[in-house]
Amino acid sequence: MTATTLHHLTRGRYRERAAHVLLFFCGTLSILTTLGIVAVLLFETLAFFREVPLFDFLTDTQWTPLFADKHFGILPLVAGTVLTAGIAVCVATPVGLVSALYLSEYATERVRRLVKPVLEVLAGVPTVVYGYFALLFVTPLLQTVIPSLSGFNALSPGIVIGMMIIPMVSSLSEDAMYAVPQSLREGAYALGSSKLQVAVKVVVPAAFSGIAASLLLGVSRAIGETMILAIAAGQQPRLTLNPTVPIETMTAYIVQVSLGDTPTGTIEYRTIFAVGMMLFLGTLALNLVSQWIKQRFREQVG
Amino acid sequence: MRIEAHTLARMLSRRRGMELGFKALAVTTLAIALGSLALLLLDAIADGAGRLSWQFLTSFPSRKPEEAGILSALVGTVCLILLTAVFAFPIGVGAAIYLEEYAGKSWFSRVVEVNISNLAGVPSIIYGLLGLELFVRAMGFDRSLLSGALTMALLVLPIIIISSREALRTVPRSIREASFALGADRWQTIWHQVLPLALPGILTGSILAFSRAIGEAAPLITIGALTYVAFLPDGLFAPFTALPIQIFNWVSRPQAGFHANAAAAILVLLAVLLLMNALAVFLRQRYQKRLNL
Repeated sequence: MTATTLHHLTRGRYRERAAHVLLFFCGTLSILTTLGIVAVLLFETLAFFREVPLFDFLTDTQWTPLFADKHFGILPLVAGTVLTAGIAVCVATPVGLVSALYLSEYATERVRRLVKPVLEVLAGVPTVVYGYFALLFVTPLLQTVIPSLSGFNALSPGIVIGMMIIPMVSSLSEDAMYAVPQSLREGAYALGSSKLQVAVKVVVPAAFSGIAASLLLGVSRAIGETMILAIAAGQQPRLTLNPTVPIETMTAYIVQVSLGDTPTGTIEYRTIFAVGMMLFLGTLALNLVSQWIKQRFREQVG
Repeated sequence: MRIEAHTLARMLSRRRGMELGFKALAVTTLAIALGSLALLLLDAIADGAGRLSWQFLTSFPSRKPEEAGILSALVGTVCLILLTAVFAFPIGVGAAIYLEEYAGKSWFSRVVEVNISNLAGVPSIIYGLLGLELFVRAMGFDRSLLSGALTMALLVLPIIIISSREALRTVPRSIREASFALGADRWQTIWHQVLPLALPGILTGSILAFSRAIGEAAPLITIGALTYVAFLPDGLFAPFTALPIQIFNWVSRPQAGFHANAAAAILVLLAVLLLMNALAVFLRQRYQKRLNL
């Protein structure tokens, strides 16, 4: 072996080692991001709970950290979030499931290829655009039907968030329906079922866990949605399930505080991290349950 | 069981009716979903098209709606996304290469995989809180372009990793084995064989990820990006604003003049997104043709 080839070989080995280390670092960065999120939220939230008892946080029915008479009850923000997410799910579930069923069982290949990309576009529209639409188009439209609806309310942004998550619910449910073995459908046809009976009584039950997983992801997306609510839902945290009055969600509260000039280290500053923690835990739980359901579904079909 | 002929006929026609009913329902539902998209676009065009002009694109924001423009927001968005790409693209692709080509099926890659899919589901505003504490406060970058870009980079990283891994997975095993058989080491195989073949897919996925970042306002507002900026960013540490923030600011004002501005800015934002998507499609088409051996 000549000196040059040996030189080349060692150089290759160093390069290989360097590439490995560098790429490993890139791979770990995602874990560091997660740790960073948890650390930041935990650090500020713990500081928050040194001043505000956890019990008050979870049971007080008023949220007024920016007023002179401060109350730190998260319930009004949670109620706002649950209300708008609930409305969104009521819109997205029927529309998403019917379109998934249609695309998976009825539509021709040409229709599928035409409709699916357009649905994807619906998911790619920036949320500030949806916010504009909710505040200046949907709310005035709804006010012609419900005159008592105020300019800021939960109903209109809830409906628009529902529109936004339709593509996700539809596309993930369709994947689950598509994965149902053809033999199940054929068995049902052989027993004299109609297409609709096969779809509703065979495909939907067989794909149920996939459908449930897609709905949970939709809920999680609706809970984390921010700009639509910051624009169209108002800034009044109140413990109500009335969709016609102004409310505030957890996400919209974080935006409200961020827009002001809140100094670091104050209790007002820490509230956004405590609220963020609630939000993070809520969406994480939904995502994990959704993954778990999907995992089980994969085992069943496989 | 005996069924009379007329009973059977009635049952069959009921079934046919239900089939038709479902089809009608499904088509109506789809029409509503797609129609709402059309409605959204038409609404923005109706409100904003009149405000679109060269003056609108080249003016700074102003207290008078008819004099205001989106220059600082548009430039801010372009700078922000370029900078985000500089951080997120190499790291995201690197992570994808590590997971696909190096890590194998180890427990580490399993943990990273679960972690990435969970990160992709974290609300964007939470990334804003991370950026606020980490980049703005702890590292002292303040409310700068750099803080914004780093926050956005963390936000899009999971999406880039997921789509890049898919692209790498489409490269056939045989290409790698042929390269190894000719004496190439792992890095040479990746750099000269695998990456060029996977690049169109990686680029398409990444551009789509960045177009998601372009529309994001929540994390930028959380790190304290300004809503009124009457100058252009002159460096990494300059304060900045972006199109979605400008839109949010204008929508939140009561005057109709600003609402028209918001609609016009929405049209510009949608045009930018359309351009990026077209670019993604174009890149995929062009490179795939050249690489089809």
